[in-house]
Amino acid sequence: MEKLWLIIKREYLTRVTKPSFILTTLLAPIAIGLFLVVVGLIMSYQGDDSKEIVIVDQGNMLERKIRDQRNMYFRFSDQSLEDILAKRPEAPFDAVLIIPPLREIERTRHTIFYHADEQLDIDGMIALQNIIEDKIRDYKIRTLNLDADQLAQLNTQITLDPEPLQETGDIDGQGSNPSPITSVVAAALGGLMGFVMYMIVFINGMMVMRSVMEEKMNRIVEVMISSVRPFYLMMGKILGVGGVGLTQLLVWAILIPLVAGGANLLFGFDSQQMVLDEASTEFATEDIEILISQVSSELSNLNWWLIVPCFVLFFLGGYIIYSSLFAGIGSAVGDDLADSQALTLPIMIPVILALYIMFVAIRVPNSSLAVWSSIFPLFSPIVMPARLAFGPPAWQIILSLVLLVLAAIFCVWISGRIYRIGILMYGKKGSFKEIWKWVRSKD
Amino acid sequence: MHNSISLAPHFYEMPILSVREVTKKYHDHLAVDSVSFDMPKGTMLGLLGPNGAGKTSLIRIITTITKADSGSIYFDGEKLGRSHPAMIGYLPEERGLYKKMKVGDQLLYLAQLKGLARAEAQKLIREWMDRFGMTDWWSKRIDELSKGMQQKVQFVSTVVHKPKLIILDEPFSGLDPINTNLLKDEIRRLNEAGTSVIFSTHRMEQVEEICNYIVLINQGKNILEGEVGAIKASHKDHLFRINFEGTLPSIANGVDVHSRDQNQIIIQVNELQEANLFVRHLLDKGTTITSFQEILPTLNEIFIKTVTD
Repeated sequence: MEKLWLIIKREYLTRVTKPSFILTTLLAPIAIGLFLVVVGLIMSYQGDDSKEIVIVDQGNMLERKIRDQRNMYFRFSDQSLEDILAKRPEAPFDAVLIIPPLREIERTRHTIFYHADEQLDIDGMIALQNIIEDKIRDYKIRTLNLDADQLAQLNTQITLDPEPLQETGDIDGQGSNPSPITSVVAAALGGLMGFVMYMIVFINGMMVMRSVMEEKMNRIVEVMISSVRPFYLMMGKILGVGGVGLTQLLVWAILIPLVAGGANLLFGFDSQQMVLDEASTEFATEDIEILISQVSSELSNLNWWLIVPCFVLFFLGGYIIYSSLFAGIGSAVGDDLADSQALTLPIMIPVILALYIMFVAIRVPNSSLAVWSSIFPLFSPIVMPARLAFGPPAWQIILSLVLLVLAAIFCVWISGRIYRIGILMYGKKGSFKEIWKWVRSKD
Repeated sequence: MHNSISLAPHFYEMPILSVREVTKKYHDHLAVDSVSFDMPKGTMLGLLGPNGAGKTSLIRIITTITKADSGSIYFDGEKLGRSHPAMIGYLPEERGLYKKMKVGDQLLYLAQLKGLARAEAQKLIREWMDRFGMTDWWSKRIDELSKGMQQKVQFVSTVVHKPKLIILDEPFSGLDPINTNLLKDEIRRLNEAGTSVIFSTHRMEQVEEICNYIVLINQGKNILEGEVGAIKASHKDHLFRINFEGTLPSIANGVDVHSRDQNQIIIQVNELQEANLFVRHLLDKGTTITSFQEILPTLNEIFIKTVTD
């Protein structure tokens, strides 16, 4: 045990004292923050060229009234297309929009014409269609003498408030009543947890594999196993690197809220502005404030005493399952790094599948796919954390954890058997058939 | 000199290593085939055999890296077990170190894994570093060192925990002559201080130079075992080389001339006495003898002869 501790210590310390580790650990939250801001900017990008559009409203349905948009400026003309074109040098424009009159007021389909050198992009086309649709709707209301106020009352905005069938006698009481945004918040949190899990399991698992391969290629491994049993060497590595992952998680758990808070202070005004722009007519500032307070109350209502320990347990289980498999594979790789790809594929597939199932699970957390995947040990480390915020039944969490522990023990056992032989097989990589032989062979 | 193969003079002592009928099979390949030998304490044992003879497989069993399929091994009188690797220093043929680690940390780590306490390990490492003139290497990274320097570090890691038995698998491969001599001297020094040494190689001439005991392995079986001198004596062909000046007189019957040259004659006799008589005959006839020497077979010759027999 003392030797195991020595190995864990070395594996842990050599990694966490590396400048590259310190840098990535500290900078990753900032990089993720930057990434999110950049993605936000890209998504909200609406084209930077503004267009001057001449509207020829042949039926005068718009009554020469239209609001300029952020990148579209309008003016009206009664002239024909040819005349407008002829006067282009004096009165420049980018496009001419011709709106023919509606032949009958009952018509629900109408075609308007957009003449330009450069055709509209999809965003612009949809925006222009919406503007003219609204205008023609107003025109119809006026022409048909309908009461605009009454019409406005026709639309009803529905809010679906989920309620349990029976009041559960929850100890914490307040948490039991789900609100309309409960599932949205849970989905966001679940997606985040599932994704973080995926990243950490993957990155650290690969780290274990690389380290096993390095030891084998450096030939240090034979010196090592003349002092310690191969199983201890493998476990020391898995636990040491796992400690590195936990450290990283802990630092991020502290840093990410700090960075997010800091970013909010720095860019708070801008980001709110962005939201306002996008939904200018539908949300007022106070709506957003209400939303923020709702989200934070939702977050504080979540059962963190269940979520956090479960997250750590699923991290440990998932990490041990995958890193031990990666260690086994790493030991079977020969002197050629490229060999590792063919051997790692069977391990990568369940990890990637789990990620996709996780995305489904946050939309429909109680579907049978989500439920059974969150119990199946190769998927559960990624899928179950995504479901935790939705409060899955206790039996599912317990069954999942039990299976996870059993699977972890099995994977460590089988990897240990591959590892003890694989690390001494220099030269060529083991085929799956040979690896199976190693598993069955005696010491 | 004995005429038969016998154990070393200390045979009455408990052997440091006793290998009994050890067999190891890999799939369908019999790597070690019922090998038995005793290694007297304090010997420098040459484990000889061509590449692929099963030397490394046997060593891996002795170092507890792998287990024998059958047979048993006793280390200093005890059945080989978990506690013994700490008393063995193993320098594998395929050697390596953690490239990014500092020399001192690396040695400290390996020594602690062998069961040394940190403070004691530090003290012993310092001693060895001074001995090898690498006093100021403690904070150097392994990959900053030349290959020869790395080998020295590797050697220190093998012996720093004062093992009772040192196993060196092809220790001189890739070493320059200066470092080879340095290492040889250190191995001899350790051996003289009482450490038993197994020296595995396919280079027979190296063994002749430094070993006093050999085990010869071919195709997984040990085919010869014993003291170097005794083995050589038992395989000698009673050949004598005589170098002379002047002319050679006529040679009496009963003397078998193996070969003759301008200034050299090699004869084969049944006993040393006959060779002496032959020398006297030459001297009587006025031939000047410049040298007279018995030709002993090299281990290489013995090996080839034993294998082909």
